[in-house]
Amino acid sequence: MTTAELICPAGTPAALRTAVDAGADAVYCGFQNATNARNFPGLNFTPEELEKSVAYAHERGAKVLLAVNTFPPAGKFGLWKEAVDAGARLGVDAFIVADIGVADYVARQYPDRRLHLSVQAAASSPEAIRFYCENFGVRRVVLPRILTVPEIRAIKKEIPCEIETFIFGNHGLMVEGRCSLTNYVTGLSTNMDGVCSPAADVEYVRDEAGNMTTRLGPYTIDRFACGETAGYPTICKGRYRAPHRDDGYYAFEEPVSLNLSRLLPELMAAGVNAFKIEGRQRSRAYVSRVVRAFRQAVDDVRAGAEPAFADLHALTEGQKETEGAFRSKTWR
Amino acid sequence: MAMKLTIGPIPFHWSNERRLDFYARIADEAPVDEVYLGEVICSKRAPFFEPHLEEVAGRLQRAGKRVIFSSLTEVMLRRERQATEELCAMEDREIEVNNAAGLSSAGGRAHRIGPMMNVYNEETMRWLAGRGAAHFALPVEMPRASVAVMAETAGELGTGLEVQLFGRASLAVSARCYHARAHGRTKDSCQFVCEEDPDGMSLKTLDGQPFLTVNGIQTMSHSYVNLIEELDDMQALGVTHGRLVPHSIDMVAVARAFRDVLDGRISPAEGQAALQALDLPAPFSNGFWHGVAGHRRLAARAASAA
Repeated sequence: MTTAELICPAGTPAALRTAVDAGADAVYCGFQNATNARNFPGLNFTPEELEKSVAYAHERGAKVLLAVNTFPPAGKFGLWKEAVDAGARLGVDAFIVADIGVADYVARQYPDRRLHLSVQAAASSPEAIRFYCENFGVRRVVLPRILTVPEIRAIKKEIPCEIETFIFGNHGLMVEGRCSLTNYVTGLSTNMDGVCSPAADVEYVRDEAGNMTTRLGPYTIDRFACGETAGYPTICKGRYRAPHRDDGYYAFEEPVSLNLSRLLPELMAAGVNAFKIEGRQRSRAYVSRVVRAFRQAVDDVRAGAEPAFADLHALTEGQKETEGAFRSKTWR
Repeated sequence: MAMKLTIGPIPFHWSNERRLDFYARIADEAPVDEVYLGEVICSKRAPFFEPHLEEVAGRLQRAGKRVIFSSLTEVMLRRERQATEELCAMEDREIEVNNAAGLSSAGGRAHRIGPMMNVYNEETMRWLAGRGAAHFALPVEMPRASVAVMAETAGELGTGLEVQLFGRASLAVSARCYHARAHGRTKDSCQFVCEEDPDGMSLKTLDGQPFLTVNGIQTMSHSYVNLIEELDDMQALGVTHGRLVPHSIDMVAVARAFRDVLDGRISPAEGQAALQALDLPAPFSNGFWHGVAGHRRLAARAASAA
């Protein structure tokens, strides 16, 4: 069994302090630009904020991981180099990267700094993971949310690096780093701009009967009856019509949240080195509650006790949870 | 040098008969230079046509086409890992790698990099070229400004550079099969229901507006990418290859239209008209190339001013 680290989201300096205070072993964050995959307005760090935040975390024994995990489009690579250089100067403990060029840059310029392979690199086989380990000295891979626990255990035996898995939060189901749905609809790219369903293109329209339609750009993503909670219009979580499903159905997935709290002991036994909580866009209150609950649970498992959970259920999207692919491959 | 035309791998689950007919016509009639073979989307589909691959490759080669074998986009299961490794081990074949799982084994030999490999910038391109990558097919969402930089780098490195000119755009891939899901099945129990839709299954919004296309684990655009009026610009930038993605329409006519425009036999506007005459089930788009929403189609005049 591993002594799994708890990796927590830090969308803002305040959230970072909250996560550290709540018991995070490490926090992950990004700069306020396209170099990270959560390039949302009002989120992320200026270099000055990152400097202070690194000091805050380090004083309390927590690490800071910098996500530089988008794919620089040709002609703009300089911005990603600047992000890496700034992160190195400000003392981050590791870089989370997806692009081969960025990985190579970190490996050459900062060979002593830890390199983590982002989920955006979509490395889902031992061969792919080893490729990044052997060529860039990757020390940890963040696995896509598409593998079962036995599959994770099998991969662990065939790779020379640590494994990090998502355990809680948004349940991304498209292979990350390979999705251009947002760019197709809005002109902003998830891979190149770090944007998914940008708020500026979102519209909520209520009709006379009180139904709420959610739209992204020119497309209707979902519709909710009066009294139903309208979800944010993310393309892969919308309802659509197909020839056999003219009623409108969740073509990709129901809006559910990932919650692997019950699988923690199995995941640790499978050799998972770090648990990642998704949600850099979440509030401080949310971060505080989720991090505290998982801190307690991980400590319980380490101590050989049955983990007890505070009510994480209420924090999940639409009140529905899934263990996704981790429990069974029938999910696919 | 004039741009070469390629036929990309068939993304859909076509019957063997349809595939054999398709490649026979491509061999005999289509003015294309290169053809990519192999299943790139779903490893469950691959065994069906595998026994015919050698025969089809031979037929295409005798017709003067260069043949490249493409590897799977998603590699996770044992059979997918094995298929990727075996393909990379075949030294007599030219290969296109679509997943990083193939990069280690392909590293020692010349190979091509497929459009699902996320080569977005010149640094990544240089690194891969240093390990034997001789040709790069770019992600379909790359805008012109970045393609221009990539073309310049490809010129320095002496590698090929390929852009998708025609066909539905691949927008996402997933571990889950959405064709199976629409029919209440899972990937393991799919019964190959995707074979019912030779151009993919249409997804409409709740308002009935056509939006996306489901092809097994892949999600594609409803619109067909069409860059026939951008060909001159693309050639001037130094793009060496243009890819036509197979659909159930008359792909020989599609290839002819692009070739005729490239060779100056007809104008881009005439080429556009020829494609329009094919009566596609969806509109054309060129938004990705022009750096706007991918579904959009910018008029030629507005486009050249942009």
